[in-house]
Amino acid sequence: MKDPEKTILTPDGGVLEAPKRSMFYMFWRLFRKNRTAVAGMLIFFVFFVVAVAGVLLTTGSEPVLDPSMVRLQEKLRPPFSKPLYENLRPDEIPRLGIYILGTDELGRDVFARMLQGAWVSLTVGFVAVGISVIIGVILGGWAGYYGSNKITAGHVLGIFLIVLGTVWLFTDQMVSGIVLLLIGIFLTGFIGKINKQSGKKNSGKGFLLFPVLSIDGVITGLIDIMLCFPSFFLILTVVALLPSSIYNIMIIIGLTSWMGAARFVRAEFLTLREMDFITASRALGVSDGRIIFLHMIPNAIAPVLVSATIGIASAILTEAGLSFLGFGVPPPYATWGNILSNGKNFLFDAPWLTFVPGIAILIVVLAFNLFGEGLRDALNPKLRERL
Amino acid sequence: MEKDLLLSVNNLKVYFHGEETISKAVDGVSYEVAKGEIVSLVGESGCGKTVSALSLLGLVPCPPGKIEDGEILFRGKNLLNFSEQQMQKVRGREISMVFQEPMTSLNPVFTIGDQIQEVILNHEKVVKKNALKRTITLLKDVGIPSPEDRVNDYPHLLSGGQRQRVMIAMALACGPDLVIADEPTTALDVTVQAQILQLFRELQQKRNMAVLLITHNLGVVAEIAERIYVMYAGIIVETGTVKQVFKDPFHPYTMGLLAALPGHSKKGKPLYSIPGNVPDSAYKPDGCPFNPRCPYVQDECKIKFPDMVDFKAGHQARCPITYRLWENQELPKNRHFGFENVKRAGQA
Repeated sequence: MKDPEKTILTPDGGVLEAPKRSMFYMFWRLFRKNRTAVAGMLIFFVFFVVAVAGVLLTTGSEPVLDPSMVRLQEKLRPPFSKPLYENLRPDEIPRLGIYILGTDELGRDVFARMLQGAWVSLTVGFVAVGISVIIGVILGGWAGYYGSNKITAGHVLGIFLIVLGTVWLFTDQMVSGIVLLLIGIFLTGFIGKINKQSGKKNSGKGFLLFPVLSIDGVITGLIDIMLCFPSFFLILTVVALLPSSIYNIMIIIGLTSWMGAARFVRAEFLTLREMDFITASRALGVSDGRIIFLHMIPNAIAPVLVSATIGIASAILTEAGLSFLGFGVPPPYATWGNILSNGKNFLFDAPWLTFVPGIAILIVVLAFNLFGEGLRDALNPKLRERL
Repeated sequence: MEKDLLLSVNNLKVYFHGEETISKAVDGVSYEVAKGEIVSLVGESGCGKTVSALSLLGLVPCPPGKIEDGEILFRGKNLLNFSEQQMQKVRGREISMVFQEPMTSLNPVFTIGDQIQEVILNHEKVVKKNALKRTITLLKDVGIPSPEDRVNDYPHLLSGGQRQRVMIAMALACGPDLVIADEPTTALDVTVQAQILQLFRELQQKRNMAVLLITHNLGVVAEIAERIYVMYAGIIVETGTVKQVFKDPFHPYTMGLLAALPGHSKKGKPLYSIPGNVPDSAYKPDGCPFNPRCPYVQDECKIKFPDMVDFKAGHQARCPITYRLWENQELPKNRHFGFENVKRAGQA
């Protein structure tokens, strides 16, 4: 329904409307101009489809393409070669009638193995980055929003007691462990309550309220410490200690790569916290939780999204590196890293065993990086004029 | 005041604790707002207007800033004793605020409809459909054309004046009794300014709400306010009805402010300005904070902090010197600046 008095007519009698442009449309218009980024995005979608198709085709009791079917008589066949039907039992005949990417030293179909590995790469990338983004957003947001709040001596004491109590609980001293744990929880929980009545000075509890550190200081310190570790070697050490499974690897990569996201979110929150619209929504009675989750995170998420896209690429690389070194996903399961690692033994006899996974990793990682950079350029308003 | 009081602020002190200094942004301010009244708080930048308004909503940034003393009585209840949860119920529903910068006061990632609805849904138990209906009515009330379409617009699609209208709609969403308008027209150009002021007056009369208008623009005050509080360096130096203060300013600072309006200078002569600078709020001079710049300064001004003196009914100023001069009828007549002139200056 239009208000007839307020509409403006164009010379040819049409109604002049304000241009309707959603934020997404504006973003897409900028993003589209960056050809390499669009290519990266398309490759990303193709990779996604391939990985999902791969997991559908290679699992189940009778998979269409069986990545673990050993045909020793067909070993090291080059790409696009037809299977020699006279050597094969009927159940060994590949469904496609051709080895698209050849076979490896055990006669397994490299194409099927690559499909299976694509799913591993995809899940490692997304789950690891998902974990790191969640940790990064929580810690960074905490540091940015509540950063100036002080951790008092009481908190430190309480946390110390909780840790000590937990340690005792799992050794022999059960009762004293529980007591310490309860005292610690009580102390950390109720310091805030005492803090509220800070107008009245009660000398007895005074030392507990003595501010020691700020939350921001603790979290930025933690980030700096984590950045100091050479993370690949940290991952190697941890993987050597834990049973090697794909989930452990995802979690470890996630736990060692959240610092970038935390820094971005912290920096964004520090600026956003002072923005007028945050003060305005607080003045209109919006609660802290809603402000953080509805007003600040959507505004802060753009750089995190960019670093996440690039993070997926580096997580895929890390996983491939681990598998190459033999610390990754255990052997019967194919990943691009261990296909590559096996292939290096036959580099001159069967170069496709190294080139296929190598080029696949190259293309996917490159695509993610290009996509991420395109996202960054399109989402960053300061770069817009240049595009 | 014969009308019933809505808000009364008594001896409010808000200090900001720096590394070595304490800056006394608001240093003992008292003011009152009655129901359905437009009261204006005037003063130059940095005199503590905004901080005193933010403290009404409990939004003074708390590590550096601290409310040291005083009380804020809203309908007889002291807001300073309210818990954070209680304050959240007051904010937006009973007291709400319109900010200075419409360009940055709206969240760029949400549509304006979502942002107005958020306030409604936050304070009242209404279905989303009804909240949308109310949002459209509100947008119509504040004069946004074709509000059914505009609710789905993002802030960047609107002009500054339209955004300020949206901000006003947000502030009015839950029918508050008091709206604090913190320099609502400063960022807008003059024609839009006049429209927004007109809108404020209409809405204020229609909804019978009180408005606390914070501004440094005396023209705006003359246009819309009933009573005025003049602030200088964290204290209130003069108060009265707009007519009283503009016709008969008694505090030398108010006189200077009025003399500095463009309407009062002769053509070709430079504009009048008060000599000197506003004191740093951490190092205020002893005695009257205005004494280094005051043309009426006496020795006692440098020692004794002046009290509010009643000049006429409802018209007080914090200056014993001018009071003595006024009683002896020695106060010069040329401090009288025509009310009409000021009003014209505001519209120009």
